Amino acid sequence: MSAAVDIGLAPMLPRPARITRVVKETADTFTLHLEPPDGKLAFMPGQFNMLYVFGVGEVPISISGDPDAPEVLVHTIRAVGAVTKALMAMVPGDVVGVRGPYGNAWPVGEGMRRDLVVVAGGIGLAPLRPVIYHALSHRADFDRVYVLYGTRTPSDILFEEELRAWRARFDMEVELTVDRGLAGWSGRTGVVTTLIERADFAPESAVAMVCGPEVMMRFAARELAQNGVEEERIFVSLERKMKCGVGLCGNCQLGPELLCRDGPIYPYSRARRLFAVREL
Amino acid sequence: MNGDAVLELTGLDALIAALIARGYRVIGPRVQDGAIVLDELQHAADLPVGVKDEQSPGRYRLAPRSDNAHFGYVVGPHAYKRVFHVPVETLFRVRRDGRGFEVTETPVDARPVALFGARACDVAATTVQDRVLAEGAHPDPRYVARRKDAFVVAVACNEPGATCFCASMNTGPRPADGFDLSLTELLPEPGVPHRFYVEVGTERGRAVLDEVAHALPSDEDRRRARALADAAVASMDKHLETRHLRDLLIDNPEHPRWRAVAERCITCTSCTLVCPTCFCSSMDDVTSLEGEAERVRRWDSCFTRSYSYMHGGPARPSVEARYRHWLTHKLAGWIDQFGSSGCVGCGRCITWCPAGIDLTEEVAAIRADVKAARGASKEA
Repeated sequence: MSAAVDIGLAPMLPRPARITRVVKETADTFTLHLEPPDGKLAFMPGQFNMLYVFGVGEVPISISGDPDAPEVLVHTIRAVGAVTKALMAMVPGDVVGVRGPYGNAWPVGEGMRRDLVVVAGGIGLAPLRPVIYHALSHRADFDRVYVLYGTRTPSDILFEEELRAWRARFDMEVELTVDRGLAGWSGRTGVVTTLIERADFAPESAVAMVCGPEVMMRFAARELAQNGVEEERIFVSLERKMKCGVGLCGNCQLGPELLCRDGPIYPYSRARRLFAVREL
Repeated sequence: MNGDAVLELTGLDALIAALIARGYRVIGPRVQDGAIVLDELQHAADLPVGVKDEQSPGRYRLAPRSDNAHFGYVVGPHAYKRVFHVPVETLFRVRRDGRGFEVTETPVDARPVALFGARACDVAATTVQDRVLAEGAHPDPRYVARRKDAFVVAVACNEPGATCFCASMNTGPRPADGFDLSLTELLPEPGVPHRFYVEVGTERGRAVLDEVAHALPSDEDRRRARALADAAVASMDKHLETRHLRDLLIDNPEHPRWRAVAERCITCTSCTLVCPTCFCSSMDDVTSLEGEAERVRRWDSCFTRSYSYMHGGPARPSVEARYRHWLTHKLAGWIDQFGSSGCVGCGRCITWCPAGIDLTEEVAAIRADVKAARGASKEA
């Protein structure tokens, strides 16, 4: 009897993708443009891929590109560990492994004819950029569009050129704040929640999408709720360690949630109790 | 059920031989290093004949029996998950190819397996793991390849161990389904030789049984098998109250009992390794000096710090949070995620905990406390 069989590991095998362009965003953050394995990689805003560096390891990274341009795969990455530091050292022509896309999406359908409020902190703008691209290319689907963005310092601001271009448009509002201003910063200082109160969206019909550090999401979601946005229409993107990306390894649990399979995006009505318990 | 039969003692050997002749690797209980483990069987004599196991929180010992029972013990440290969801395996190898690389998946040893002497809790545990690893949107192809043709010869437990609580979890002690054949051992009585009452679960089970000498059971055989199952339930001292258990744990993450149990737990991971349903694994990328890389998957445990490690540190640095995560997932979150409890009541985590922590006691303590608090607030 034949013992060894090929069983088609499809969801488990990284596929090679070549880097075509590298953009340095901040001191520790960069954007990779990749040729997707099959010429295109269709995805929904908010989904992520597992990126593999030969011999080093694999990490979950959300897609930061335009969902209407799936022929370019775009990831914005902050170098914090072994794999992301190895990714930062890569140059055009190098090859990384890709598995995905995995996870659920920001409910852009939910935003139809509603005010869209995007609230981002730091690197959290990356998983929300596909939402902004989507909103701008389907502008008539939304009423007013707000991007509220906070970073620690002015030098941590991502996508600065794009933010300037968005800010110059008449059909969207872009507000920035930093926790600590440096010499030469004449913009706002303060945490991102302070921008929520100032923005004049219609809370009863607005849909909010929030991404950033856990503590920032917790306070931003609470602030949105206190301003009258329904908890079912405030969405956050949760994060835990991920290894398999497809619900088999168990690492990404947060309370009873299996983030890679059922998330990472949850309505605040469901995430609130997860935020409330320490070390869940 | 597709009928029943009786098998004489010699029929056990013939049954193993029939399975081997059909190409199965027969995996069942054997004595090794002072414990009953799961390994390949060739003959009925390989079974732990005339052996019993004494189990209590933090303690496991083998001892001789005064009879010739072939299944006179319960479950040991091994569970059948090690057959389908193997402890360590290489998923794929990667070779450099210019600036890129080439990925080759590692073949799977998918020779069909026959589980021999699987207890009701372990049969149920296999069904639980199937839901996690084979029946989701992204089944694990390696698990599926090893699992799909497995043959199951179950065995009813006539003498539950002191840490068993399968009756509470509704999984045993008599196997209800998930088997091809199920045996109940009937020890010799005056005028009646040592024999096995056999329930047939599937057509395939019937076909294998037909290759072995067997007879129709007498009403007395059937009565004895039923009586043994009833007596086994009655003799089970340990209980886990499952009423509203999910909500009890989900609603009490800050209960002081978690801190108390954390003072005893040494985060050794034993409970998760012996658990027949715990499925968590890590995936590690390793490189060789020849310039090849591979991805190795190995059982992981939520009791380690690395399990929840992200940039910045572990999500659950305290022992309290790790124990709470394990027990809450097992008994509560699992229901949300996979539609059933993750616990089958095998008692392994109690026996093999070096600190003798008993999850049924932990749950009972939280339950009693919450009930008392509710009573007090009603009075007030």
